[in-house]
Amino acid sequence: MARSPRIIASIVAVILIVGAAVVFATVWRPAIAAIEPPSPASFDPAVVKRGRELAALGNCNSCHTRQDGQDFAGGLPVPTPFGVVFSSNITPDPETGIGGWSEAAFARAMSTGVGREGQHLYPTFPYDHFTNVTDADNRALYAFLMTRSPVHAAAPPNDLIFPLDQRPIIAGWKLLFLRRDTFQPDPAKSAEWNRGAYLVDGLAHCGACHTPRNALGAERVSAQFAGGETDNWRAYALNDRAHAPVPWNAESLYAYLRNGWHPDHGTARGPMAEVVSNLSTVPESDVQAIAVYMADVSGAAKPERDRSAVLAQAEPAPAQADPTGSAIYAAACAACHESGRPLPYGGVNLALSTAVTSPDPRNLANIILAGVPAVAGERSPIMPGFADGMTDAQVTSLVNYLRARFSKEQPWTGVEKTIADARRTQTALFQTSPEPRNAPADPSQRDQP
Amino acid sequence: MMTLKVNGHDTQIDADPDTPLLYVLRDDLKLNAAKFGCGLGQCGSCTVIVDGKAVLSCVTPLVLLEGKQVTTLEGLGTVSAPAPIQRAFMEEQAAQCGYCIAGMMMRAQALLLRNPKPTDAEIRAELQSNLCRCGTHMRILRAVHRAARLMDTADASANERSGR
Repeated sequence: MARSPRIIASIVAVILIVGAAVVFATVWRPAIAAIEPPSPASFDPAVVKRGRELAALGNCNSCHTRQDGQDFAGGLPVPTPFGVVFSSNITPDPETGIGGWSEAAFARAMSTGVGREGQHLYPTFPYDHFTNVTDADNRALYAFLMTRSPVHAAAPPNDLIFPLDQRPIIAGWKLLFLRRDTFQPDPAKSAEWNRGAYLVDGLAHCGACHTPRNALGAERVSAQFAGGETDNWRAYALNDRAHAPVPWNAESLYAYLRNGWHPDHGTARGPMAEVVSNLSTVPESDVQAIAVYMADVSGAAKPERDRSAVLAQAEPAPAQADPTGSAIYAAACAACHESGRPLPYGGVNLALSTAVTSPDPRNLANIILAGVPAVAGERSPIMPGFADGMTDAQVTSLVNYLRARFSKEQPWTGVEKTIADARRTQTALFQTSPEPRNAPADPSQRDQP
Repeated sequence: MMTLKVNGHDTQIDADPDTPLLYVLRDDLKLNAAKFGCGLGQCGSCTVIVDGKAVLSCVTPLVLLEGKQVTTLEGLGTVSAPAPIQRAFMEEQAAQCGYCIAGMMMRAQALLLRNPKPTDAEIRAELQSNLCRCGTHMRILRAVHRAARLMDTADASANERSGR
């Protein structure tokens, strides 16, 4: 029995209308009316202070401040595989910042990635983690940001490939990848563990760098903390596949996150230097909670290797070692890295360095070329960069020598290309990133909040 | 044995490939402008120029210098005919004890080679890795600006002389 064309047309029309309604419901979000920027005096100072600590835990300044820019005024180019996204101005400037945002608009942006005007925000803003942030914490963050000095600074337009430059596309991404409320307290674990899990999976968004991403830029849930990348640095694996020569535990994690260095592991640098700089300003109990949770994530320590065992293994220099690399190491590196001077001002023995045991030589190349810059106004570890003194071939010799001498891993491949990339990206990074930050040698010495 | 090019001259050096350049300059070639400060590449007093770039000679082994041009302060000018950077530092009286000054001048020279008119901020950023414990930083800043002006006019007069 043939249906009449009219019935078929009706069915098609219904499908189209329903489809359009579904797309509309997925994509469209209402604007939230702009408000007059609230007076800073209208916020409880205790809540503002809590917000400052939370902003430090969330590492907000790292993306929302560019070099020579003012705090939280945005404009930092964030490279992604799909183009460049410029961070937004989150100072309370009504025109270029979030001065016109109500608390409801701020909370919606944090938990669903939608701006005040209803536009979908790119997931470079890690709302896939911030969906876990509590209302109370969002309120404190809002209070903190709305009491900063407003800065009139419009971020440059994003430079993304088509069709990703069309914001409605983001709604589709969210449908596929945005999972709400991924943090659920585990009553079987301690309050401290749960606090750590809340911070790590929420505001601190550790997985944004330390979890690998899929082809569409979403974190791979099945590979949580298996190691990722950011700004041409490798964010090391934090799960049971971690490469640290001496396994991490809660005590060493706490000291490292709080102080920026640990004698068994070395000094935080690259994007992690900014993280530990921020963590040196937050309540100790929060850093402790993060350390307890992450120590559990990384699993029971593998065959117990302590520092002396690792150092003993690295003693003999391999006979077939590259003589050029060996000579460079002796003159340029050993004076600090084998001096026996304690960290943070002495260099870590490279047998203890995850940069040398890592699956790729990126971080080692970055640090050799750029060094560890001094931090204005603070005592901090420093290392000279060798970009001007060594050719790519010479850095390659050094990197291969360090791998052979200080790790038991296979030689790296593609070292020359990694070094060329490092030379290019690290130079660019220094021109855009915030002032170099490192953890202070002693957080109590910090003179600024 | 290796050939080291220092201040335009080829010199045969008999030293291990891991010998720091600073030791060869001071001990073998008697070029004593570059100073041993920390020996760790953290103070900048050993700075020399290699292929136009400021390099810390205390952490630069000879093996890195094959085929490269090393310039020390002695290669820039003499007491009777100081280079613009040296004149500028003298005219601004930028030295107190003077220990860091050779390194300061070499790094400033490298900066001026690639950026003839640096801003205050650019000079500060560039010299950040060179320490001065006497505190003549403001004079050093002025001296670098003065050197930039001197080099500018020196270039102009050189051009006039050569008829350009």
